[in-house]
Amino acid sequence: MTAVSPDGLVAVAVAAPFVGALVIPIFHERPNLREAVTLATAAVLFLAVLGALGPVLDGGRPQAEIINVAPGLELAFRVEPLGMLFALVASALWIVNSIYSIGYMRGNNEPRQTSYYVCFAVALGSTMGVAFAKNLFTLFLFYEALTLSTYPLVIHRRNAEAIRAGRLYLTLLLGTSLVLFLPAILATYALAGTLDFRPGGILAGKASSATVGILLALYLFGIGKAAVMPLHFWLPAAMVAPTPVSALLHAVAVVKAGVFAIVKVSVMTFGIDTLAVLGQSPWLTAVAATTVLAASLVALRQDNLKRRLAYSTVSQLSYVVLGVAILAPISLVGAAMHIATHAVSKITLFFAAGSLYTAAHLTEVSQLDGIGRRMPWTMGAFAIGSLAMIGLPPTAGFLGKWLMLTGAMETANWLAVGVIVASTVLNAGYFLPIVFRAFFRPLPAHGHAHKAGEAPWPIVVALTATAAGSVALFFAPQIPFTLAQLMIGR
Amino acid sequence: MIVENLAALQVVVPLIAAPLIVLVRRGAFAWAMAMAASAASLAIAVALLLQVRDVGVISYAFGSWAPPWGIEYRVDVLNAFVLVLVSAIGAVMVPFARRSVAFEVQDWRQAWFYCMYLLCLAGLLGIAITGDAFNAFVFLEISSLSTYVLIALGPDRRALLAAFQYLIMGTIGATFYVIGIGLLYLLTGTLNMVDMADRLPQAWPSQAQTVVAALAFVTVGVSLKLALFPLHVWLPNAYAYAPSWVTAFLSATATKVAIYLLIRFYFSVFGVAIDVNALPISEIIIALSLAAMFIASAIAVFETNVKRMLAYSSVAQIGYITLGIGLANQAGLTGGLVHIVNHALMKAALFLALGAIFLRAGTVTLDGLAGIGRRMPLTMAAFTIAGFGLVGTPGTAGFVSKWYLAVGALDKGWWVLVFLIVASSLITFIYVGRVLEVAYLREPAPEIAQADDPPLTMLLPLLALAAAIVYFGFETQWTAGIASTAAKVLVEGLR
Repeated sequence: MTAVSPDGLVAVAVAAPFVGALVIPIFHERPNLREAVTLATAAVLFLAVLGALGPVLDGGRPQAEIINVAPGLELAFRVEPLGMLFALVASALWIVNSIYSIGYMRGNNEPRQTSYYVCFAVALGSTMGVAFAKNLFTLFLFYEALTLSTYPLVIHRRNAEAIRAGRLYLTLLLGTSLVLFLPAILATYALAGTLDFRPGGILAGKASSATVGILLALYLFGIGKAAVMPLHFWLPAAMVAPTPVSALLHAVAVVKAGVFAIVKVSVMTFGIDTLAVLGQSPWLTAVAATTVLAASLVALRQDNLKRRLAYSTVSQLSYVVLGVAILAPISLVGAAMHIATHAVSKITLFFAAGSLYTAAHLTEVSQLDGIGRRMPWTMGAFAIGSLAMIGLPPTAGFLGKWLMLTGAMETANWLAVGVIVASTVLNAGYFLPIVFRAFFRPLPAHGHAHKAGEAPWPIVVALTATAAGSVALFFAPQIPFTLAQLMIGR
Repeated sequence: MIVENLAALQVVVPLIAAPLIVLVRRGAFAWAMAMAASAASLAIAVALLLQVRDVGVISYAFGSWAPPWGIEYRVDVLNAFVLVLVSAIGAVMVPFARRSVAFEVQDWRQAWFYCMYLLCLAGLLGIAITGDAFNAFVFLEISSLSTYVLIALGPDRRALLAAFQYLIMGTIGATFYVIGIGLLYLLTGTLNMVDMADRLPQAWPSQAQTVVAALAFVTVGVSLKLALFPLHVWLPNAYAYAPSWVTAFLSATATKVAIYLLIRFYFSVFGVAIDVNALPISEIIIALSLAAMFIASAIAVFETNVKRMLAYSSVAQIGYITLGIGLANQAGLTGGLVHIVNHALMKAALFLALGAIFLRAGTVTLDGLAGIGRRMPLTMAAFTIAGFGLVGTPGTAGFVSKWYLAVGALDKGWWVLVFLIVASSLITFIYVGRVLEVAYLREPAPEIAQADDPPLTMLLPLLALAAAIVYFGFETQWTAGIASTAAKVLVEGLR
């Protein structure tokens, strides 16, 4: 890839999935070739992102300016460290997820596979657009594209439940973005005269404490993909989608695009110092804390495995918001780390859930007695994912939490400290029983699970890979850690 | 010789082509004539726009009678922009008409159809190009009378009633307009708009009441034609029962030209002559625009005939344009002007898609569209793009309009208005979403088992419009760029 300049790589990264989406339908009749196109596209994307990693680590900021739509509205990309981190995680996991998809979609004889892969590619392209956006307009454009491209995936089954869920999904995500996010962008433009993301922000000294508070609230709730309560309903509803969609999009790309946008706006639109000076920490902490705890409490009571995972995601997403709310540099590094580590671990858990469904048609927690002996790889990976959710070493989930906790201590934000501790207990409360059940309860004499073996090999390969990644990141966190530090200018 | 007389040819070409059709009275010839005249009009309009951009305002003295005594055709950036829009819509859409009209209009009437279309086109172009207030009235009548006929040609007998309803309302509107012009003539002794603007200050404020009355009569008269809420009642029926192609053409051009006329009077005649800000006209326009945006959209949500739904949507979208006029600042007016083009493209695409669906499925009710997305994928793709444009999704032309409007509201410090603008797009999303959900997610009815995308002559114009909606969502030099130039002149001209 050395032949292409870093700026060119940015364009390649954003364009590749869209090109892939155009090519996939050509091979509608030949599934093997069609999936080969998906894998090839994912590989090209990952290599392009990887190619731009070196320059970013060296302090470069590759960029590509496409077109100026109107004064203040420029379609342009610029790779910041945080965007690099997000893109790296999403593009790497897309490869794994595509392998998994092949096993899952074929194993379950899902209909409409061509449009599934097309929408997936468009969603990933949109994710890249969000990650590399140079300004709020570009971010908003791809944010909406991400909503629209994932909608067909949510309603993939086309039954009444799926359509109802899709309606909620679209209404909440588009609604919040149009009614809250867009006015926030307009107000930012009116106040700052630009929409560019800049280190230190663009609003310093340009707005009063109250204005900044309102604006931040508009962003926080307008970016509905971050699933901050009470605007989180779309996420559990979206679980009707096929599991690979829940895994990559509703544990990684879509929701992380949400919290990524919140971190980016906090750091590069408001500026952390501005937010701290204007005393925005307390209420932001309270909102994040409420979501972290309330979502965990709801998760405790869910018997459906995917719904439990979804509420866990809602809770974990607000960790990132909490990391921002603490407004200490170290907690922001933690927030950025958490975006990456939670992605790798949560996708593992969803992979495992999909594996259980494919191999044994198990969907409820209460059905999992003894399944660990039939499906050791699946449940082993699930156990590692669970540890990461709780935040225990040797999994990567520990890192982000630890950094946020340090930040909360430094700034004497005792509410945040309490929430992190309490939620760790809650996380253990709804993940460990699943692991216990699977390995230490006897298999029921009858039922689906009795004859089950492991799921098809692509599924097992994928979930093993991400589980391994979850551990590997604990021992080798250099790249995400460096990028997170670069974000705050260290 | 042609170059000097471009301004005259703009109107004369379609005006002469219309009676030529009557002489031959064959469907195919009529269509070919309409196509040729439309293409020629577009070429002339583009040439005029380029000329205006290079050399500034073009003044053409008709019959060499110097203005203000003779009739003056006066082309500046604003109306060159409108001329290009109207003639481009005509030229792009006429290929579509061939099959659609053959399906919906009886054979022996088809030649008359194209004749009426050309008269309507000539009238609309005439309103846009003339610098003479009374001449505008004449063209207004030419376009209106031909429009009544076009609507009455609809396949449903209710089209007759709709046309009659519009005839009554349109005539009232024209009467109001001509009374306003009469008052202005009494005050200034001239019918030339530029001259009028020069002389009007002498009557202000000594004869303020008469000036205000003239302004009110002109505003109400023109507002009837442009369907400003609550003067829109003729529009839903007219759009719902007219032939599909006529609905598409009218929604993209007729109301837009009337809006142009309102802008011309508001900014170039009254705005430069008297202190319009002393009058509550801006507040009234904004209030009515908001009412249109919310009430008409809400009605659209509950419509079950998709053509009527989109007709109400037109009333709401016209509200956005007049909102820009009411804001009367650089960004706001740019938003209003650019939405003239953007809305024209979107509604033309939507109504043409419905025309294609009517051709294949024989219905445009909401239930009748069940599963049509699977039978007519390209048609519905265009419909979807245009629908998202209406909502104002980024990446479509609709977003650009709304951005400028919202910035215009912010420039005035009207935060609430920003929220109202975005909230109304949410209602738009609901009715567009209703159609899309039925079209894509319901099982196709057995009646449309054979339906598929229409022939290329219909499909290409439709796809071209859809492509334009996306293109002008990113590249805005020819839409917002020109609108911004025109808005600058208009706003700076205000006293």
